[in-house]
Amino acid sequence: MKSFLRGFGLFLLVLIGIAAWLFLPWPFLLGMGVLFALWMLLTRRGRQAGSVTQIGVSTLSQRLGSSSVIVIGIAGVVGVLVAMLAMAEGYRETLRKSGSEDTAIVLRGASAAEVMSTLDRASVTVVEQAPGVARGADGRPLTSAELVVAANLPLKDGGPDEDGSVQLRGVGPQAWAVRPDVKLVEGRKFETGRREVVVGQGAKRQFAGLDVGKPIKLGSETWTVVGVFSSGDAMDSEVWGDAEVVGTTYRRGSTRTSVTARLSDPKAFKAFKAALDSDPRVDVDISTTLDYFSKQSEQMTNIIRIIGIVVGSIMAIGAVFGALNTMFATVATRAREIATLRAIGFRSVPVVVAVMLETMLLALLGGILGGVLAWLIFNGYTASTIAGGVGQLTFQFNVSPEVLWTGIKWALAIGFVGGLFPALRAAGLPVTTALRAA
Amino acid sequence: MKYLPLIWAELFRRKTRTILTLLSILAAFLLFGLLNGVRESFAEAGKSAAGASRLQTGSKLSFIQTLPLSLDARIKQVDGVQTATYANWFGGAYQDPRNQIFSFAVAPNYLDLYPEIEVDPKQREAFDNTRTGILVGELLMKRFGWKVGQKIPLQSTIFPNRDGSKNWSFDIVGTMRSKDKKSGGWYDNLVLMQWKYFDESTPYNRGETGWYVVRVSDPAQADRVAKAIDALSANSAYETKTMTEQAAFANWMKQTANIGLIVGSIMGAVFFTLLLLTGNTMAQAVRERIPELAVLKTIGFKDGSVLGLVLAESILLVLIGGVLGLGLSAVLGPIINVGSGGMINMPPVGLNSWMLGLGLMIAIGLLVGALPAMRAMRLNIVDALAGR
Repeated sequence: MKSFLRGFGLFLLVLIGIAAWLFLPWPFLLGMGVLFALWMLLTRRGRQAGSVTQIGVSTLSQRLGSSSVIVIGIAGVVGVLVAMLAMAEGYRETLRKSGSEDTAIVLRGASAAEVMSTLDRASVTVVEQAPGVARGADGRPLTSAELVVAANLPLKDGGPDEDGSVQLRGVGPQAWAVRPDVKLVEGRKFETGRREVVVGQGAKRQFAGLDVGKPIKLGSETWTVVGVFSSGDAMDSEVWGDAEVVGTTYRRGSTRTSVTARLSDPKAFKAFKAALDSDPRVDVDISTTLDYFSKQSEQMTNIIRIIGIVVGSIMAIGAVFGALNTMFATVATRAREIATLRAIGFRSVPVVVAVMLETMLLALLGGILGGVLAWLIFNGYTASTIAGGVGQLTFQFNVSPEVLWTGIKWALAIGFVGGLFPALRAAGLPVTTALRAA
Repeated sequence: MKYLPLIWAELFRRKTRTILTLLSILAAFLLFGLLNGVRESFAEAGKSAAGASRLQTGSKLSFIQTLPLSLDARIKQVDGVQTATYANWFGGAYQDPRNQIFSFAVAPNYLDLYPEIEVDPKQREAFDNTRTGILVGELLMKRFGWKVGQKIPLQSTIFPNRDGSKNWSFDIVGTMRSKDKKSGGWYDNLVLMQWKYFDESTPYNRGETGWYVVRVSDPAQADRVAKAIDALSANSAYETKTMTEQAAFANWMKQTANIGLIVGSIMGAVFFTLLLLTGNTMAQAVRERIPELAVLKTIGFKDGSVLGLVLAESILLVLIGGVLGLGLSAVLGPIINVGSGGMINMPPVGLNSWMLGLGLMIAIGLLVGALPAMRAMRLNIVDALAGR
C-alpha cells in the first residue's frame, strides 16, 4: 500500500512537472536551468553528480546500439510533431500576412467569406464615401471594390480532365494602390476592358498553362495571361482580371463581393465601422483585413495543430516506453558499477541526477536530430488546400524557431520520464544485492 | 502449438521489459487504428455501389455558378438516364456565420437517388409535406442538441430571405443517417431542406439550381451519358461539366489536402520507430538467454526449432501489443467522435483495418525477430555454454 501510494505520488509529480515544462514561458525555464547549473557547480553533491555523469557519458560508446534507440525513437516523434506544427504555422502565417490593421474589408452582412457576399453598386458607393478612408494623391478614396468568383482551371499535376478551383478576383486600377505589397514580377498589368489576367506565383505553380502570353479558358471565354505578380500572402494563389469583364463573364452585372479600403491610420477603423454600421442604406459586416484573414485561418490551423499534438502524444508515449526500456537495461548492466560508487560514499542524489542527465542528453540529441530532419525536409515545402470556401491556397511549411523549440521541449520531457524511473531504481537498489549481481 | 507454454514463459522472463515493449507496440497500433480508418474513408469515399451509377452535372465555370432549371427536363430525356434530381447550396450557419453547416436545398425526389441515406418512412413523409421542414444528420443533431419537432433558426451566408434578412426558420422533421458508415459519415452532418421553399423565399435565386444528380441505367455507359448531357448545353451561356460522383469527390478531396501522403508519412515514422524499439528488445532478450538456448540445443532441439521459437516469440509479442492497440483504437475512436461534439468524425475500425493490421503485426514480428533468431540458430553449443 505504501509503495503504491509512493508510486502514485511520483506519477502525479511527473504529470505536473511535464505540464509545467510544456506551458511555462522560457525565462522561467532558463532560471531553472541556471539554478540547476549552479547546484552542479557549487555543491559537493552537484560535483559528484557531474563526475558520475561523466563516467556514464564516456561509456556511452559501449552501449551505442541501445542508446541510439532512444535517440532515433525520439527523433521520430519530434520530426512528426515539428512537421505538423510547421504546416499549421505556415498556413496561419500566409493568411495572417494577407491582412493588416490599416486596411478594412467590407462584406454583405452575415457572409462568412468573400465569395458568399454580394454588394450592389449603391452600397459600394456608400462605403467609398465613409469617414476614415485614406485618399490617394489624386484625392480619390483608396478603396477597391472587387468581385471574387471561383473559376475552374486544369491542375498542373492532374489528369486531362481534372480541374482545380482558383479564386478569380475582378479588380479595378485602385486594387494596386490599396495593396502596395503586390508586385509584378513578370509581364505587365492587364488593360481595363480587355480579357487579360495577371496570375499570382502560387497559382502559377498550382495550375497548368499560366505562362505570360498564353491563352487560358476562364468561364466560357478565352483570356490572355499578361503578367505574374507576387505578394507573399494569400493573394499569391489568385488570378486577377478586370472587374467589369469578370462581372460580365460570370453574370454578376455590376455587383461586387467586397470592398477593401485603406484607412488613414489604424485608429480610423472605429469611426469607419461605426459610420457604416449606423448607416441605414447598407447592411454590411466590417472587419480589419488582419481580423478577417486570421478568422479565416483559425479553424484549419486548429485542426492541423490538434492532429499534430494527438499523434505526437501517442507517439511520445510509445517513445517513453522505449526509452524506459533502454535505460532500465542500461541501469541493469551498470548495476555493479553504480553500487560500487555508492559503496565508496556517493549518495543517491548524484546517481539519480547522473542517470537522468544521461537520458536527457540522449533525448536532446534525438530532439535536435528530429528537428533538423524536419527542417531539412519540410521547411519551405509547398502544400495547398481549399481555403475561404472557394479556391486553392498554396502555403509553405514554416519550421520556425518556436516550432523547433516546442519539439526540443517535447524531446526533453520524454527523456525526463524515460530516465526518472530507471534512475530511482538505480539509487534504490540495496548496495549489497547490486554488488552481488552478475 | 505444444511449445506455446515455453514461448509464453520466455516472453515474460523479464516482466518489466516485455510490458514496456508491449506498451510501445500498443501505442503504435493505436495510432495505426485511428489513422488507417481516416485514410480508408478518404480512399473509399464515393465508391459505394450507388455512387457508381450516379453522375453529377455542375456548371463548367465553377462550382458556385448556377444552372437553369429548364435543363432538368432535357437531362431526363437523354438516352441512358434513368432519373435526375437537383440541389443547391444553402450556405447555412447556426448562431454564428462562421459556424457553418453543410446544407442543401433539394428537389422532392432527391432522397430517392440516395438509398444510402436512411430516413424513417414517417419522417420522410413529414419532410415531403412540410414546406419549412428539414432533415438533419444524426451527428449534427447531437452536436447542437437538436430534437425532432423543434423549430430552429439558420442563417444563410449566401441567400437572404424575402424580407431581406439572412435569418431563416426551419422545422426539424426527421433524422438522417448513413447506411454505410464507411462513407465517413458525410450524410450524418448534412441538412436537407425543400428546394421549393428555398426558391420561393429568396429573391436571389430566380429559378436556378446549383447542380444536377443523374442516375444512369448502366454504370458502364456513364462516360457516354456524361458527354451527351454536356452536349445539351455546349456553347450556351450555361455550359455544364458532368462526371461520376466518385470522380467529383476524388477531385475535391485532392484539392482539400493530400490526406494519403500526410497519413502515410506519419504511419511510416511510427512504424520505423516501433521496429527499432522492438528489434532492440528482441536482441536484448536473445543475448541474455544464450546459455538457455544452448541448453535447449544440447537436449536435442534442432537449429530450425530454435529459430522458430525465437521468431514465434517476437511475433507473439507484436501480436499481443498490436491487437490490444487496435482494440483500444476501436474503443477510443467513438469516444473522440462524441467528445469533439461532431467536429471530428473518425470512422470505426473496420474489417480491412484489422486484416491489414494483423498482416503488419506478423510482418513486423518476423522482421524484428529475424536477426536475433538467426543468431540463436547459429549458436555453437560449446561456446555458448562456456559463455564465450
